[in-house]
Amino acid sequence: MSELLAPLPGLAAHHLLLSAAALGLSLLIALPLGFLAASRPRLAGLVLGVAGVIQTIPGLALLALFYPLLLAIGHGVPALGFLPAWAALTLYALLPILRNVVAGLRGLDPAVIEAADGLGMTAGQRLRLVEAPLAAPVVMAGIRTATVWTIGAATLATTVGAASLGNLIFAGLQTENWGEVLVGCLASAALALAADALLALVERGLARRERWSLAAGGIGVVLGLLLACTPLAGGRAPMVVIGAKNFSEQYILARLIGTRLEGAGYAVSYREGLGSAVALRALRQGDVDVYVDYSGTIWADAMHRAKPAPRADTLAGIDAFLKPARLLGPLGFENAYALAMKRTEAARLGVADLRSLASAAPSLRLGADLEFLSRPEWRAVRDGYRLRFASSRAYAPSFMYRALESGQADVISAFSSDGRIAADDLVVLGDPAHALPGYDAILLVSPTRAHDARFVAALTPLARVIPVEAMRRANYMVDRDQNKASPAAAARWLAGQLEHR
Amino acid sequence: MIAQGPEVRFEDVVKSYGAFAVDGVDRVIAAGSFVVLVGGSGAGKSTLLRMVNRLVEPDYGRVLVDGCDVADGPAPLLRRGIGYVFQSVGLMPHMSVAENIALVPRIAGHPAPDVAALLEMVDLAPDYAARAPAQLSGGEQQRVGVARALATGARLMLLDEPFGALDPVTRDALGRRYRELHDRLGLTSLMVTHDMAEALLLADRILVMAKGRIVGDATPTGMLAGEAGPEADALVAVPARQADRIEALRR
Repeated sequence: MSELLAPLPGLAAHHLLLSAAALGLSLLIALPLGFLAASRPRLAGLVLGVAGVIQTIPGLALLALFYPLLLAIGHGVPALGFLPAWAALTLYALLPILRNVVAGLRGLDPAVIEAADGLGMTAGQRLRLVEAPLAAPVVMAGIRTATVWTIGAATLATTVGAASLGNLIFAGLQTENWGEVLVGCLASAALALAADALLALVERGLARRERWSLAAGGIGVVLGLLLACTPLAGGRAPMVVIGAKNFSEQYILARLIGTRLEGAGYAVSYREGLGSAVALRALRQGDVDVYVDYSGTIWADAMHRAKPAPRADTLAGIDAFLKPARLLGPLGFENAYALAMKRTEAARLGVADLRSLASAAPSLRLGADLEFLSRPEWRAVRDGYRLRFASSRAYAPSFMYRALESGQADVISAFSSDGRIAADDLVVLGDPAHALPGYDAILLVSPTRAHDARFVAALTPLARVIPVEAMRRANYMVDRDQNKASPAAAARWLAGQLEHR
Repeated sequence: MIAQGPEVRFEDVVKSYGAFAVDGVDRVIAAGSFVVLVGGSGAGKSTLLRMVNRLVEPDYGRVLVDGCDVADGPAPLLRRGIGYVFQSVGLMPHMSVAENIALVPRIAGHPAPDVAALLEMVDLAPDYAARAPAQLSGGEQQRVGVARALATGARLMLLDEPFGALDPVTRDALGRRYRELHDRLGLTSLMVTHDMAEALLLADRILVMAKGRIVGDATPTGMLAGEAGPEADALVAVPARQADRIEALRR
């Protein structure tokens, strides 16, 4: 539990800081724009329409869209991390503030405005003495809505590499660590409720002209913001950013790399839960310093090669493709598409590899994950070995293993480093014809770190030392249903295994 | 008695919103007089009144207050020197009665007025100063509205249907009170109403408007004597007939 709660204060502070920055910028835009729009119906229609359309874009998509947008701007503008999250959340907060500024000003009693003019107020005096104080409670209600939305949506900032409470939620979701998900959700909800309560106090103070509630709310907001600034005050040692995609193995390897770099004297931060394409781009941009990818993924998805090549050629090709970033080396195991059977069944049928599977296949049923049957890997293995199964069915991954266990499927598609292969005593069928492309786990380093000798020296010992059995067991520690370990704990176990070798 | 209120001179003023709202009015409001503008809805009374403090800018012609064109200089400065009372009052709901009364000196950067004395002028107790406008009746709100206009120290008062929304008893009391203040303070008052009885009882001089033009101009006695023309006679006939019928009921 303490391991769950340890990162909480830091993440909550980042979360709050990001939300506050987004709300602040949103206010700077929406207050004057709303004021101008209130007396100009055409402008109001346009502005509210645009803000409304932005609101209909799912938060996740809005954040994701800023990544390529900032990349296109280039010129050293960081495309990952705080900036895209700040921009997207700012846009997201515009609508409720704008709408309430316009509504608040339009809802003013025309007699009051006539009096303000008739008494001889200038436009500035009218705004300061009449319009602003009278519209303030309505505007404040809009700011409260925007605050709750923003704090909720800020959990999504994790996906573009900005630290937030979403780190806990996304990591927990991928490793099926529900305690971690719950901590992230509860913390973010608590932040939203606390902020809303403080702003409600301010709103009440404005509406009823109660000084004490205005003061109490104001002091609370300022204290919260000061607390949120604590991550800024900490040591500003140069940070190494370690990336991870969104599954257990990636989280574990990120921690393994992080521990080694910390040992070499680097301050380390993690950008976890990155999409596959985002991670590679971020590395080449220098937004992420190091992460683990898979040779087949880059070969097919980034380099668009149709046919697999021998391992040495693949790795050399990727290194050349990535320049000035660098492929530091393979870790020693593969996480490839493979076919697996129960060890006992394989022995009974005399199946040792895919070639010997071909003769047994017509009496066997294939269980596949949801995408395998439509992937080129399946076509390659099917045509390469002339596999004809009695039937084939697609399952969600956890059900696929259960189908194999209960005998509803005889052969399943699997990832070769999946922890359940060892746990369920399965055998991965060999591929003597090399029909399946290699998916070597490879350590990728950003262009700047590629020339950092200390950095490279810290990570080189990881090359070719992680056997697939060790990786499977580490993955299983995180993936199993009972007695789950955190990725950090699994990484410590894995590091211990490497030392014993 | 201190100096009299200013003279107001309309020089052939015209204002059109598609149709003519004010169609060539050329009149002088004598210094210190109480002049009432009467006429039906859409006759142009309010438009003419609001030209004086430039809530309406004339398309043509000009308005002079004590010989100075109101269009010279910024409008807010002009308005701070002219009292303005209108039907919906427009008290600031977020300010106390005292803050409302002191509003014009405050925005003009002048010292705060004697709120208690101003409240007394409009027959309100001093403890009203701390109340919020929402706690007041309609009549009390308009009394504060009058006090607010007087707090400017202005000698020219523009009153746009000031008592139109009040019940008859309050309306009569406040009307008479205002007339007393007009005399005591030596104001020039220009008031708009559609109620001829009110006009006859309060005014020194009545201007009858129809379709943007002045169609009758007489003292109340002259008006009752039929000196002001057929439109005026039609308007006078209503309260006169009512008075006769009430008199008949008494017998």
